[in-house]
Amino acid sequence: MNILALFIIIPILTIIGILCTKDHVGTRLVSAIGMGLQLITSIVLIFMFYAERNAGNHADMLFMVDYMWFQSLNIHYLVGVDGISVAMIALTSVVSFAGVFASWEVKDLPREFFISLIVLATGVFGFFISLDLFTMFLFYEVAVIPMYLLIGLWGSGPKEYSAMKLTLMLMGGSALLLVGLFGIYFNSAPNGGQLTFNIMEISKITIPMEAQRFFFPFTFIGFGILGALFPFHTWSPDGHASAPTAVSMLHAGVLMKLGGYGCFRVAMFLMPGAAHELAWIFIILTAISVVYGAFGAIWQKDLKYINAYSSVSHCGLVLFALLMMNETAMDGAIIQMISHGLMTALFFALIGMIYGRTHTRMINEMGGLMKVMPFLAVCYVIAGLASLGLPGLSGFVAEMTIFVGAFQHPDTFHRVVTILACSSIVVTAVYILRVVGVLLFGPIRNEEFNSLTDAKWFEKVSTITLIASVAFIGIVPIWLSDLIRMSLKPILDQLSSF
Amino acid sequence: MINFSYTIWILIIPIFMFLLLGLLGMKFKPIISGVLGTIGLGVVMLLSYYAAYQYFFQLPRIDDAYQQILAHNITWLNLSASLQIKMGVFIDPISVMMLVVVSTVSFMVHLYSIGYMKGEKGFQRFFAFLSLFTFSMLGLVVATNIFQMYIFWELVGVSSFLLIGFYYERPSAVAASKKAFIVTRFADLGFLVGILLLSYYTKSFDFLNITGPVGIEVTRNLTQTFLGMSVATWALLLIFMGGAGKSAMFPLHIWLPDAMEGPTPVSALIHAATMVVAGVFLVARLFPLYSFAAPDALTVIAYVGGFTSLFAAVIACTQFDIKRVLAFSTLSQIGYMMLALGVSGYGGEKGLGYMASMFHLFTHAMFKALLFLGAGSIIHAVHSNYMNEMGGLRKYLPITHLTFLIACLTIAGLFPLSGFWSKDEILAAAYEHNKLLFMVEYLVAGLTAFYMFRLYFRVFWNKEPHYHHKPHESPLVMTIPLMFLAIASIFAGFLPFSKMITSDRLPFESETNLMVAIPSVAIGLVGILIAFLLYKKDNVRVEKIVKGLGGVYTTIYNKFYIDEVYMFVTKKIIFNLISRPVAWFDRHVVDGFMNGIAGVTVLTSRKIKGAQSGQLQHYAFFFVLGAIAFALIFIYLWQ
Amino acid sequence: MERYGIPLEGFLVISTAMFFIGIYGFLVRKNLITMLMSIELILNSVNINFVAFNSYLFPENMQGNFFALIVVAIAAAEASVAIALIINIYRRFSNIEVENIDEMKY
Repeated sequence: MNILALFIIIPILTIIGILCTKDHVGTRLVSAIGMGLQLITSIVLIFMFYAERNAGNHADMLFMVDYMWFQSLNIHYLVGVDGISVAMIALTSVVSFAGVFASWEVKDLPREFFISLIVLATGVFGFFISLDLFTMFLFYEVAVIPMYLLIGLWGSGPKEYSAMKLTLMLMGGSALLLVGLFGIYFNSAPNGGQLTFNIMEISKITIPMEAQRFFFPFTFIGFGILGALFPFHTWSPDGHASAPTAVSMLHAGVLMKLGGYGCFRVAMFLMPGAAHELAWIFIILTAISVVYGAFGAIWQKDLKYINAYSSVSHCGLVLFALLMMNETAMDGAIIQMISHGLMTALFFALIGMIYGRTHTRMINEMGGLMKVMPFLAVCYVIAGLASLGLPGLSGFVAEMTIFVGAFQHPDTFHRVVTILACSSIVVTAVYILRVVGVLLFGPIRNEEFNSLTDAKWFEKVSTITLIASVAFIGIVPIWLSDLIRMSLKPILDQLSSF
Repeated sequence: MINFSYTIWILIIPIFMFLLLGLLGMKFKPIISGVLGTIGLGVVMLLSYYAAYQYFFQLPRIDDAYQQILAHNITWLNLSASLQIKMGVFIDPISVMMLVVVSTVSFMVHLYSIGYMKGEKGFQRFFAFLSLFTFSMLGLVVATNIFQMYIFWELVGVSSFLLIGFYYERPSAVAASKKAFIVTRFADLGFLVGILLLSYYTKSFDFLNITGPVGIEVTRNLTQTFLGMSVATWALLLIFMGGAGKSAMFPLHIWLPDAMEGPTPVSALIHAATMVVAGVFLVARLFPLYSFAAPDALTVIAYVGGFTSLFAAVIACTQFDIKRVLAFSTLSQIGYMMLALGVSGYGGEKGLGYMASMFHLFTHAMFKALLFLGAGSIIHAVHSNYMNEMGGLRKYLPITHLTFLIACLTIAGLFPLSGFWSKDEILAAAYEHNKLLFMVEYLVAGLTAFYMFRLYFRVFWNKEPHYHHKPHESPLVMTIPLMFLAIASIFAGFLPFSKMITSDRLPFESETNLMVAIPSVAIGLVGILIAFLLYKKDNVRVEKIVKGLGGVYTTIYNKFYIDEVYMFVTKKIIFNLISRPVAWFDRHVVDGFMNGIAGVTVLTSRKIKGAQSGQLQHYAFFFVLGAIAFALIFIYLWQ
Repeated sequence: MERYGIPLEGFLVISTAMFFIGIYGFLVRKNLITMLMSIELILNSVNINFVAFNSYLFPENMQGNFFALIVVAIAAAEASVAIALIINIYRRFSNIEVENIDEMKY
């Protein structure tokens, strides 16, 4: 049996398992086991991938499976992975594993909650393994829809508003995306013959330039909305602020990465000519995202808003680096996706845990938490340091790779935007330290906080998993970087052919 | 061939100690973790000494020059086919010297802290952070390439942040740590861009390449200019910006005085002897590049250093917090080192400034650590930082008094203490290159003697205030480091630095220039004399002078209001003029636009929903109208 | 063409008048019973047309007559359903004014 099928089958079995359980203890146990299995499978996948590569298999995509699914439109269930997908899958399993533990104590309708959560994760897994534009889009929608339920039902604050906003904006993105995908589809056989959704086949032909120019913005913006591209990012702060912990984790950690992944796997890979021509527009937008998100975060008072703006900034960096279109920068972009996925999940997990105790997310209402919950506070400091790019944690590796890559363009335009993007590391330091200083250090402002307790075991599992991953990437980045690098070649060849 | 591969343990031991104490420290008794950390550092110190011994005395030289050895170099990250970030251990004269400095001071501080921090909450945490800092600093000095240096540079910054904010319940400490981190981070942005620029042209991060003939050739021949300066000058100036941030050069100096909020041993280790000289070390490390490719940048460095030394010395004369006096003194002394680098040429006698700078770095580390540890001992005894609350302490703290006096004499540059030798070399170097800076340094030498002895007389002599309880001498574990460092301060000056640490690694003969040395000692003595007259006994002369100076004094006392300028820039401009409008713009314009789209949809739907009135007869009416319309269309238009 | 001494136009005039009276009644009368009666008028106007056309144009065929019969049958069924509805509406709203029955809107 093909290993990739497991990424769909395990979640489905988990959902069936959850349906058979009677109480919330069983539910979360089954979910934890399911996601644990998923994590193990993805680690096995990494090793299998390396084994296959070392055995001399240099195909672009490994473990490919192809079933005809809908004959008349030539839609296939076509899956396969390269190093980048493998890395993204590993990220997804880590985050969803941590997410299950972070939402261990969901009170209302735990069964439905976990089912939605796992459906979401399934969509993401499916997206990363798909090589057929149509199935890819299908899984994308599978991932987006449960979001509405998760935020609308289990959220906090103005949850209906946020859920609606998030879903509608993402659906707007999907609409653009669908236009783009059909554009690609109908141009996939310029010399006559069968139209196809198969990414690998489309990459071999050249889509006519006029079509590229027209459909590239649709595809790029469509995915870009999910990747919090300025000015389409405003779903992110509200959505994250209202979402329950695990959903914020999965959403910021993984779902936003779908945007970046789609941007290069579909938009840039299949339409390289337009990517070159139109890159400058999007570089400007992403550079704005990077700086703007960082400055936006300084002024926020709600922990989740701070982190949401910070995500805008970091995800902007992903798209920014992708558009630099050279090996180093793209490598950095993907490391940044993974790094940001892990650390932002860590942030949201911690924010959720702190909120669960203090019942407020306003930093000016809290203070001195280091004294009452040292474990969580130390984790928060580590997450903050990762976010501001401390060497030894993953953020540094990603940012430095991106900056070195972006600096390979010697012209003034690229230099200026790169330096602008670099300056975000200072602003990041400002808002992270501000939060850490106000929230964790100093005297305790609210007397009631003196009786708060530190992390419970399942919370420790969740945070330690994430911290270990962040530190692992930060200390030995070379395996991840090389895993990605060897898969970038087809994309770079494609891009450099123009 | 001597194998230096054991030097990797110099890095492994501290990081292991950090992990051990950081993760499991709470399981140990405090004293055990302190002793463990100290023993670990002791081993590191011995290894460093052994490495220094081997390097300077056993390793054969090639063409009389000390070799540059890559003891370890592993690839940490591949950036592109040609560009890699490596991690390793680089052995050359300055890195070996820095190993000795860092490990010595760090060991002394560890030992001292066992006594000083006794009974403090978070004792284990303190030692874990100290180990982390030591690891980062050692990694920085042995960096094989500029990116490794940057990595450890950032780690050093973070450990400094953690240690300044050690008393995290004290808002002033938290603010100081934040300030230190952000100011240096801002400077590091320059450093990073400088690295990126430089490495783009040299296609390498390795010091061996970029400061070797190839790198110099490439950077020298850069024709690209930006705003009238060559790209190489820009790159090196930006790198210097990073160095200026860490070394607290004007105008990035504002964090250092505030950093004194940290525990005193931390100030001794980080903010006097090791981390703050990282900037000097950085310039020294890239010195061939500065010297050949960007002499303009060196001039800038010289003036920045000269100005900072004067500026800080002036402020130091007015401060009352003894640690702040020492902090400004540190600024001033680092200014000296920068200046020496700035006026130096490359190779042989011309490289006198370089040698002098390293020499001063070495001696300064010893006597400044001694001063800080002595200050710690004083603070430990009287529980105050303010010299107004001290006086007549020589009776109570005999060892501290004696060692502190030695340190003061050393920093004042009296013959034959170590400060004399190193300062003399700097003055000689300045004398040959730039008379203006030379005169400034004379002035600073006098000021230095004055403010140090102002401190000394004020604390150890003068009128005795009412102490709540009798001050007592510190325990042995604290005074042993004092004594050791005092001995080092006395004798470090006799090390033959010009034979060991020079710009081109070739030894040369340096002679004491009496024309320079005698006036400098005389000026120092004058400074001491003035301090003696003013502060030996409690008297009204000081008050009179202060009154006489009026606004000038207030300005100096408030550090020329530089902090206020920064506060204005950050609070008013960044927060209120950038960040707040951005947040507002996002909420109201960008998000408003999105909500506007939703609003338009809702509005449209509200307008057209009237058609769906629920009134059966309305529907029927429209149905009939429609039927008639269709009928008419079919009859008249259907052909 | 004239049978029974009445021209076809006569039937058509009557049926058209009945049809529009029915439409008018349906649109303006508020009482559901009256509206139902209007519908019957419309249906029966159509029946007249069927029968008239059948006997004037195709006297040898019977389709028109049969169709009229089917319409009558359907009308009967429809009337019974409608009256049942109206009774229910009356129970609920205590009157049978059509303007009151506007629950199913926007």
